[in-house]
Amino acid sequence: MPNNSAGLIAKAFAVYVKDLRLELRTRNALNAVLMFGITTLTVVSFSLGQSSLSPKLLSALFWVIIFFSAMSGLAQTFIREEETGTSLALKLTADPDSIYIGKLFFNITLLSTLTIIITPLFFIFTDAPTDNVGRFIVILVLGVLGLCVATNIVAAIIAKASVKGTLFAVLSFPVLITLLIVLVGASEKIFDGQSFSTIMSEIKFLIAYIVIMLTMSILLFKFVWEE
Amino acid sequence: MWWKLLLFIALSLVIIFSFITPAPQRQIGEASRVFYYHIPQAWVCVIAFAMSMIYSIRYLKNKKIVEDDRAVIAAKLGFIFCVLAAITGSIFAKVTWGSFWNWDPRETSIFILLLIYGAYFALRGAVEVEEKRASLSAVYSIFAFVTVPFLIFVIPRILPSLHPADSIVDKNLKFTMGFSVRIIFFSSLTLFTVLYLWIFNIARRVQKITRFYEEQED
Repeated sequence: MPNNSAGLIAKAFAVYVKDLRLELRTRNALNAVLMFGITTLTVVSFSLGQSSLSPKLLSALFWVIIFFSAMSGLAQTFIREEETGTSLALKLTADPDSIYIGKLFFNITLLSTLTIIITPLFFIFTDAPTDNVGRFIVILVLGVLGLCVATNIVAAIIAKASVKGTLFAVLSFPVLITLLIVLVGASEKIFDGQSFSTIMSEIKFLIAYIVIMLTMSILLFKFVWEE
Repeated sequence: MWWKLLLFIALSLVIIFSFITPAPQRQIGEASRVFYYHIPQAWVCVIAFAMSMIYSIRYLKNKKIVEDDRAVIAAKLGFIFCVLAAITGSIFAKVTWGSFWNWDPRETSIFILLLIYGAYFALRGAVEVEEKRASLSAVYSIFAFVTVPFLIFVIPRILPSLHPADSIVDKNLKFTMGFSVRIIFFSSLTLFTVLYLWIFNIARRVQKITRFYEEQED
């Protein structure tokens, strides 16, 4: 058990690299998330046709796509450990904190990859206004962090349950709904072309949410992992 | 025994007086009588969920299955009172705002509370091993409960609300109610709390007996 923070970070990094290497070999989480995202986006843009959308609708559709794509893949990293029976070996080699941080960074990487691919496609397909992209990226980064921080421990919980797939969305949604409401509100203001100062309260909320969820997750994770 | 009888008489009196006294709020009129029931229900719901969370924390600390039993009982009762508060609130909304449900911030937050505990019961149904079920659901209920303050305090400030905010205290923390209204309201609040604690105690003892017989059979 590493007592110093350097040991913790080194171990977390090792877990992260292990998961990343595994993912690059099989690509099952990335493929699932990416194809899900692209499919949803295509459905949305086909069904809307050429009609121009209001800022409210644009931001709601965008976060619905991101939310459901995230739900399809973010639990993979924990489910894989349980299905292949490697969680015991992982328990022996690393402490819960470093596993939590390693897995969290893996999920952040996964969801960032998704948003980097989906967001430009979304702007192309729906003809959303691109004049405030900088502000949108700020919200996007905070949104990705918030989604990953809040769902990581839920993923660890459902990996131990018997019906994994559906339970992940069911358990995550109540935790994420506040985040999603704020994200949709902030994106709507950005698409509407409002200035940066109008979304300051949303940014503060997002930062507070991320910090609190991260603290709670780290406090509680060992009870899930050591079960 | 005597206090149960007293509770029965007192609750009956509250029900009678809540209908024969003048309506607590002049502008809203007769519909405002719901306030004697709706707020105590919401209050009990919060107490029950808070108790459920405290028992969950205690379970994670000492890993005694009794604590988990109590957490579940409190969560179930809280869920029932939450449904009651949602129903009474929605009837009131129909009368005063014209629709049963319009995603007012308070309605949103009570809906999410129902979702959280719905998910909590779903999770409990999906894990077979008792100890595993207890700690996984304890972690989830603590984690999800942390988001509730966000809902109650942050969302109403971001979205506009129609929910009456000054029905108990005004902005200067002065009571806005008249004397008789105050008496009925606070008796109702206390009696609902006692009623909840009584039901909780019965359910807890039933669970204890069930456990005892299960052990006898093994």
